Amino acid sequence: MNMPEIVGLFFKASLLLFFILMVVLILTLAERKALARIQQRKGPNRVGFKGILQPFADALKLLTKEDILPASANKQIFWIAPLAVFLPGFLIWVTIPLAKEVVLANLDMGLFYITAISVLSVMGLLMAGWGSANKWAMIGGLRAAGQLISYEIPFIMAILAIGILAQSFNLKEIVDDQARWPFAIKQPLGLFIFLTAGLAELGRTPFDIHHAESEVVGGPFVEYSGAHWSVFYLAEYMNTFTIAVLTVLLFLGGWQSPVLPFSGIVQTVASLSWFLIKTALVIWVIFWIRGTYPRVRIDQLMSFGWKILVPASFINIFLTASVLYYALPHWVITVVSLGFLGVTFYFIKKGSLAGHKQNTVTIINSSDIRAQLSNRAEV
Amino acid sequence: MQVHQQVSEYSDAIDLMVNMGPQHPSTHGVFRLVIWVDGERIVKVEPHIGYLHRGSEKICESEQYSQIVTLFDRLDYVGNLNNELAFCLAVEKLTETVVPERAEYIRVILCELNRIASHMLFYGVYGLDAGATTPMLYGFRERERVQELFESVTGARMMHNYIRIGGVKEDVPDDFDENVLVLLDHLKRGIDECDRLLSQNEMFLARTKGVGIITGEDALDYGVTGPALRASGVIEDVRVTDPYSIYSRFDFGIPVGSNGDCWDRYYVRVEEMRESIKIVEQAISDIPNGDISAKVRRIIRPPVGEVFVRTESPRGDLGVFLVSDGSDKPYRVKVRPPSFANLQALEYMLKDTYIADAVLVLGSIDIIMGEVDR
Repeated sequence: MNMPEIVGLFFKASLLLFFILMVVLILTLAERKALARIQQRKGPNRVGFKGILQPFADALKLLTKEDILPASANKQIFWIAPLAVFLPGFLIWVTIPLAKEVVLANLDMGLFYITAISVLSVMGLLMAGWGSANKWAMIGGLRAAGQLISYEIPFIMAILAIGILAQSFNLKEIVDDQARWPFAIKQPLGLFIFLTAGLAELGRTPFDIHHAESEVVGGPFVEYSGAHWSVFYLAEYMNTFTIAVLTVLLFLGGWQSPVLPFSGIVQTVASLSWFLIKTALVIWVIFWIRGTYPRVRIDQLMSFGWKILVPASFINIFLTASVLYYALPHWVITVVSLGFLGVTFYFIKKGSLAGHKQNTVTIINSSDIRAQLSNRAEV
Repeated sequence: MQVHQQVSEYSDAIDLMVNMGPQHPSTHGVFRLVIWVDGERIVKVEPHIGYLHRGSEKICESEQYSQIVTLFDRLDYVGNLNNELAFCLAVEKLTETVVPERAEYIRVILCELNRIASHMLFYGVYGLDAGATTPMLYGFRERERVQELFESVTGARMMHNYIRIGGVKEDVPDDFDENVLVLLDHLKRGIDECDRLLSQNEMFLARTKGVGIITGEDALDYGVTGPALRASGVIEDVRVTDPYSIYSRFDFGIPVGSNGDCWDRYYVRVEEMRESIKIVEQAISDIPNGDISAKVRRIIRPPVGEVFVRTESPRGDLGVFLVSDGSDKPYRVKVRPPSFANLQALEYMLKDTYIADAVLVLGSIDIIMGEVDR
């Protein structure tokens, strides 16, 4: 590799980092506005026009805050942890295409690379939990490790089924394969598994148990402040964006659009915007879930992952593989997949009640009680 | 990291001792719960109280009767009016004062609205404990409407000092009736909305069904009262079983659970808000005109004696024991706060649960530390 190539790559990587930072800034504002809308309030509306400069104010505030190192913390581990969380998430972006030509390195084993790298961030959370020398942080870190490793399996299995369907691990080829039908239509079960496991990987509601404020007071992040804390949140929002982008690439047809009568650079821009619109929709769904769902408990999370998502993801793979092997039409996958999705929802509903009746509260009229009391008094 | 040297009942591992509170987001004030955990499972809990002790009962002994009302405001600072009522009823019973009809109606209306506001706060905070942020905003929105009405009547949002010995401070504003009716309309829709948002949510059901179960008998043994007791299937509501004020005139329902778990305790409160609305509706339709206060001497000197009054505060059976030595100050005031007694059952309810359940069980008891510590 010669010098100009290295400089070029460095430039591209910096551009990517800048893009990600911008996206994260927009996402923080978007989330606050979206949640505010769900909760019937205004959200940030003071800094700039309708609060659009709020993310910059937040960033400035976080960067100027004091970085506190707890007295008994393990200094090296404590300071490295935020980077160990951020870097794997960022490295994924090397191979993610945003449009047909917009990609840093189009790897043939792109999906394989993504699944291999994304699991590394667990270590950062464990490090943060251990290095903080705080019991809540430690519990949070262990929760994160258990959660992320369990949900890695259905996550990868859902991706594998896509690989089978598209006959490729190259993200560009996967998107090209969806020119007619997006894979969401062919594999609704796969989409459900991917999004659910993705939410768990992100640690977002309803799976935000490792930094649950009301339980472990912020989990691994509890001792962090200032810039280091902001790196954790940078990673979280970046990962949210990554999962949304991956959902669009793998299931919603990426930059494929109905009609685009452009060519050249205009087409690239148009397809990029189309792609971002789809991503925004997925992100809105993620925010929406955050605004409406409570959190699950760790044992429920585990049993949901291992007893429902893992079997469902195996069924998904088996289904896809056998339909392709026997050369059946693809709508067979859709129909059977929808059936299994229904079964999955049934089990979720049944599991949530845990053998109890739905409504156990009855209302007894005061006059009945009074009558009983007066009867008793007469006796 | 410090590890508590206690060998677990379940395994050979050494349990980790963690402090939940007094600075923890979900301990509802300055409550400290020391828990020993084996992984995620709770092995032992030890509640510590007293961080908000202000010696209210002792202060009462050096204040005149009419001044004590303000101290009662500050016990259960979410159900203030119910607390004021309890004390005033005690003094009225001791002095045999007859409260005018209109004052009684105003008291009932405000107390029931106060109950709704208190349960709305519970609803919102409980959602937050479970990890959902939206219920809190919904609950506080409804509570805010009630607070606005209180402000127009009593002039204050929290420390009302409105219910006085012998009646109420002053007559309600002219547009009180219309305001209440509009408020009830809003509340009915608001309660339904809150109910739809959280009650039947799969994850909420999964988190609360079968968690923190206490049987009716054990609840009675622990002295649990109020919604927490009724959730265990015991029909006990002071408003009906031992009526005070004019509650015997109204027709309303008592929500009773059957499992005694967190969900029942939660839903009993949601249903109670609906029943409170029924009471307010009946009260507002036949509120009479007339005096708002009995003729009471400025400095009250009750005859020598003692009296015990129990009322149904939003949290349960609120009792006031009052001893008078004939002077203008009480000889002894003892409050029987419902939260304090309910909190005793916490250890029982937390048997074989997880850390995450501790938050929800504690939330479902709905403690107010001002009342527990006094």
